[in-house]
Amino acid sequence: MADRQLAFFVDTTKCINCKTCEIACKDFNDAGVGRRIRKVRTFEGGEFPMVFAYNISMACNHCEDPLCVKHCPAKAYTKRASDGIVVHDPDRCIGCRYCTWLCPYGAPQYDPKEGRVRKCNLCLDEIEKGRSPVCVAACPMRAIEVGRLVDIAARPGVTIAIRNLPSPALTKPACRYKVRREAMSAEEVRK
Amino acid sequence: MGIELDRRLFLKLSGAAAGSLAVSEVFGPLALEHIFPSEIKGDGTRVLSVLCNNNCGGRCHLTAHIKNGVVVRISADDSPDLAERPQLRPCLKGRAMRNRLYHPDRLRYPMKRVGMRGEGKFQRISWDETVDFIAANLKRVVDHYGPAAVFIHYATGDCGAINGSAAAERLMNLMGGFLGYYNSFSSACLNYTAPFITGYRDTSSYQTLVHSKLIILNGFNPAETIFETNSNYYLSRAREAGAKVVVIDPRLTETAVTFADEWLPLKPTTDSALFIAMAHVMIVEKLIDQAFLDRYCIGFDETHMPAGLPPGQSFMSYVLGLSDGTPKTPEWAAPITGIDPHTIRKLAREYATIKPAQLIQGLGPQRHAYGEESVRAGIVLACMTGNLGVLGGGWGGGEGGRRLGLAVGALPTGINPVKTRIPVFLWTDAIVRGTEMTADDGVKGGPLQSNIKFIFNLAGNTLVNQHADINRTVKILRDERLVECIVVSDHFVTPSAKFADVLLPSDNSLERNDLGFPWSGEKYIIFGNKVVNPPDECKHDYWWLSRVAARLGLGEQFTEGKTEEDWLKQIIADAKKADPDFPTYEELRKTGLYRQPPQEYVAFEKETRDPSKYPFKTPSGKIEIFSKTLYDMNKPGIPGIPQYIPAWEGPEDGLIRKYPLQCIGPHYKRRTHSTYDENPWMEEADPQSIWISPQDAGARGIANGEPVKVFNDRGALVIHARITKRIRPGVVAIPQGAWYTPDQNGVCQRGCVNILTSQRPTPLAHGNAQHTILVEVERA
Repeated sequence: MADRQLAFFVDTTKCINCKTCEIACKDFNDAGVGRRIRKVRTFEGGEFPMVFAYNISMACNHCEDPLCVKHCPAKAYTKRASDGIVVHDPDRCIGCRYCTWLCPYGAPQYDPKEGRVRKCNLCLDEIEKGRSPVCVAACPMRAIEVGRLVDIAARPGVTIAIRNLPSPALTKPACRYKVRREAMSAEEVRK
Repeated sequence: MGIELDRRLFLKLSGAAAGSLAVSEVFGPLALEHIFPSEIKGDGTRVLSVLCNNNCGGRCHLTAHIKNGVVVRISADDSPDLAERPQLRPCLKGRAMRNRLYHPDRLRYPMKRVGMRGEGKFQRISWDETVDFIAANLKRVVDHYGPAAVFIHYATGDCGAINGSAAAERLMNLMGGFLGYYNSFSSACLNYTAPFITGYRDTSSYQTLVHSKLIILNGFNPAETIFETNSNYYLSRAREAGAKVVVIDPRLTETAVTFADEWLPLKPTTDSALFIAMAHVMIVEKLIDQAFLDRYCIGFDETHMPAGLPPGQSFMSYVLGLSDGTPKTPEWAAPITGIDPHTIRKLAREYATIKPAQLIQGLGPQRHAYGEESVRAGIVLACMTGNLGVLGGGWGGGEGGRRLGLAVGALPTGINPVKTRIPVFLWTDAIVRGTEMTADDGVKGGPLQSNIKFIFNLAGNTLVNQHADINRTVKILRDERLVECIVVSDHFVTPSAKFADVLLPSDNSLERNDLGFPWSGEKYIIFGNKVVNPPDECKHDYWWLSRVAARLGLGEQFTEGKTEEDWLKQIIADAKKADPDFPTYEELRKTGLYRQPPQEYVAFEKETRDPSKYPFKTPSGKIEIFSKTLYDMNKPGIPGIPQYIPAWEGPEDGLIRKYPLQCIGPHYKRRTHSTYDENPWMEEADPQSIWISPQDAGARGIANGEPVKVFNDRGALVIHARITKRIRPGVVAIPQGAWYTPDQNGVCQRGCVNILTSQRPTPLAHGNAQHTILVEVERA
């Protein structure tokens, strides 16, 4: 599976934090307020006037070692062998919210009205019809892409070791980012 | 509040039987055969082009997916996304349109006021009563005070081809006219000043950015203020092509975060001091393009001045201090601007030597006390560096207003027999002292025959929310002896709508056919299909205005027998006459978009290419760095050359001891001005909050996320604090456009910045200086 694993790539050096991806995802998935299946987070650092900031647009990272799949008591999560997409089955979900505490990236979104969790499935239906995931097609900066993890990870300068983000060792997230140097984690900079 | 609730509501309504075209008709879902399908999917879902048509510089290609009479999804342009023809992708607001369309607070019936004006108490009435009320009051006011007592307010919520303001103008022109206005709340200083300097306002297209080696963005934040659908995309491409980007702004804006190689956190109101000090560096270090100045400009130095002036009036004499004894060195500018002399020198050298370079000024810098001066000084720098009229260069004056667009008409409004116009920012003055206003107030074709007695406020929120000094405005509006009748149409009970005497429910842009255009910069038109029926009794303004016209015996003249759709068809047919490639009405409906290839348009290219054939449209035929016209006005604040004039309520005003923080009101990505403030998806994406530095917050014991009170002598508001290092200490920023929500003490609980802003106009343009405010902040 490893070489067929799909992954998001986001070029944060182009991202203007417009949150169009977030809202397009919301519209497509009919996700109400409180359910941010994709979310753009902003981090800042430095001291005035040498300040920097970076924006991380993130949905589910379809991790290679996903805690949600491993620990869901209802076995609602599966990782597809064909492409590594982590799929959540709402019919199996018992709404225990265990996954929302486990996921270091906060990807599963609990819907109190439905009593169930929702999550990015990489727009499976769109992909199978040969279209891009909605966030990819929506980004006004053309900063989000989807592709095979092996290809994306091989691009120069991409990383997942990013300041303020959980250690990738926890779940081996299948996503990569291009970031400015200031946004890289200390160990990544040392590399 | 999610979309689920709205849809249930809508489906309930959709169950009602469809009526005839009677005034009180109840609508059902639009019958499928009336929907023009551009694509029918297997499950019967129709996909049609629709419009997001409020006052934003972009105009995006959106499509609605309609299933069983309900919009179930918004998607976008799916044409090939090519470098030379990038898709017109919408921003977050366009993507959230369903949440506005199906908002539970939508107005559904016409209503008349029952409480005090402004109290927001209304009672449902029929459309017949509404039309009678408007016709009777309009007639009474026109008969008693004359047509010039009628004011069609600045309103930008509907930028369609048949919008309410245009229709109201058409009606009033049949009734003898109305009090006109000039300027806008966006670009008053830029638009008014440019003719004195370069003859007119123009800007190179974003497609030219890839040719720029250096891009200086002053107060320009396209990441949030969308000037063109693809402005950020082109900026990104320019950066990829190797351009260095410098951002001058009190905030490390979203634009600065992504694009800036350098950030100069300038004190608000001091832009022209920075530019003038840069000019000093270029002069003393001999970095100026003397040939350009000699060929195209007057007033730069003493040898290029109009005749008959005392010596020392040139720009160079001012900069070098020959006229006033103060050389405008970087050391002079440093304490004024907050930018250190070394950085000023470096930027001046870069701008003078890296070519071509484009200085792009947003409109924020000119919405200041002396906003005219930053426009003028920017143009002078562009001339000194020889960048004006050059591919990859730029004119430096300010964004927008490109002389580029499709020649497509709109609803013809006729000719206004009343020739009197006020600068729009002074409309409240025209209520209280209109007949006493003079040319010194910017009145053109005066005097006013009457104070304003009747206001049409159609798809606008400038009646209260977007105008400066809300407490003064609402005091004037509450007094029914002043304005006798206020007609408002909108989608929601906005702060302005609360001041209506009759409040009319408008249709959404997805509930009518309409046309959309970008502000400028690209040649395209978008067709917005009617994909659902408006709920209950919502109507487009043209509909009820044509009935008001009929009551007044002007029905035939007003409509010429045409429905809105007939006008749209005529507009398209006329455009096709001029451009054979233009699609037919039916073709345009289907494709949704007619777009000519984006082009590399260079402003003032012909004037610089062939100045004898195309002189600048100024008295001298040259760029007037010194303007004798302005000089001869002999008024404070209107110098012959661009100068730095310390702003009232600026960093040098003594008032800063009482109110130590400068406050600006930037645009926020989640709203277009005040539109979409009602949209809960937008509030989740980016809540209303004040930007305050850790230093200023710490000194006041303010914690992040905590509510704070912001106040000055004009008013007070409460807002949550966002403590961020991304703003210059001493400056706070309150995103403009939040809906004024006063408590019983008049303290705005939503954080509408205009409770703090001043109605004092700028000296030349009589424009709005709404970013020039001093405030204090404390824990709420």
